[in-house]
Amino acid sequence: MTHVLAAAKWGGEFDGVLQPINALFDFPAIFEFPLFRLDLMINRTILIAWLMTAIVMIVFIVGLGNPKVVPGKLQAFLEMIVEFNRTIAMEIIGPKGAKFVPLLTTFFVSIFALNVAKITPFVMLPPTSRAAWPLFLAMISWVVYIGVGIKEQGFFGYFGGLAFPPGVPKPLYIILTPIELVSSLILRPFTLAVRLFANMAAGHILVVITLVSIHIFLPSFPFGWMIGVAALIASPLVFAFEFFIIALQAYIFTMLTAVYISSSMEAHH
Amino acid sequence: MEGSLNVIGYGLATLGPGVGLGLLISKALESMARQPEAAGMLRTTMFIGIAVIEALALLGFVLAFAI
Repeated sequence: MTHVLAAAKWGGEFDGVLQPINALFDFPAIFEFPLFRLDLMINRTILIAWLMTAIVMIVFIVGLGNPKVVPGKLQAFLEMIVEFNRTIAMEIIGPKGAKFVPLLTTFFVSIFALNVAKITPFVMLPPTSRAAWPLFLAMISWVVYIGVGIKEQGFFGYFGGLAFPPGVPKPLYIILTPIELVSSLILRPFTLAVRLFANMAAGHILVVITLVSIHIFLPSFPFGWMIGVAALIASPLVFAFEFFIIALQAYIFTMLTAVYISSSMEAHH
Repeated sequence: MEGSLNVIGYGLATLGPGVGLGLLISKALESMARQPEAAGMLRTTMFIGIAVIEALALLGFVLAFAI
């Protein structure tokens, strides 16, 4: 951000609101209710999350609440989304995947809707760029794939299969067991959460830098306006790139959840 | 000159995943060109691989701000 601040000092009109990077993500509380040690609050982030969730719920209830044999435009579109998730489940999990289609569809649609707030005019902030939201989604995925493993293989079957993968010489278990346990019980949900969070945070910073550069450099003379014009030309490309990232992250989160579920479905061999 | 060493650290952290992504995608493209009928399965596997490699670069990004 330093070059933006330098530009604010040397030219252009900018009152230097962006002090540290946290100013992009922290918003003052509109309404606070401290509960024991937790300082719960309602701020702009959670209002955006509620707005996007409400939009998704309304669209789905209107589109699929009263399904018809010959689908209209909205119903056909929503059925396409569900069909897409069904394909993921069937390809990766197999015939047992049908019962996970609602979970995967919920993940895909909600992550996509929350992410798309990043490039929606007048909103411009993805709730998933705060670490709590992806962490919560990853915890749901964690509970589901461990639960499926315990249900399909039994408690000792599942954790025994994780800790002692068969077909390995016995002394190697000293090294292999901790690595396997850490990687499949801790690193999996952690990377799921960090991937979504870091992509959204980085994308938000990129969008802000592009737009703020236009704002600062365009009215500055004699040379600064060239950078402003370059940023102006680049901004649609940045938005298109961000849209691609948004869709890709929703797809990858859904697909990795399916991969983890399928890996706990079948015993190691 | 002022700044943070974390930024240089993040720049270095992108090198490895960059090389890895290049290798992964080039191999996937090669095999898609050789066997177009397997393209769907290859694409799915490629995205899983991309997600795993990308996690390394993103860890660098997060730790650059966290530490």
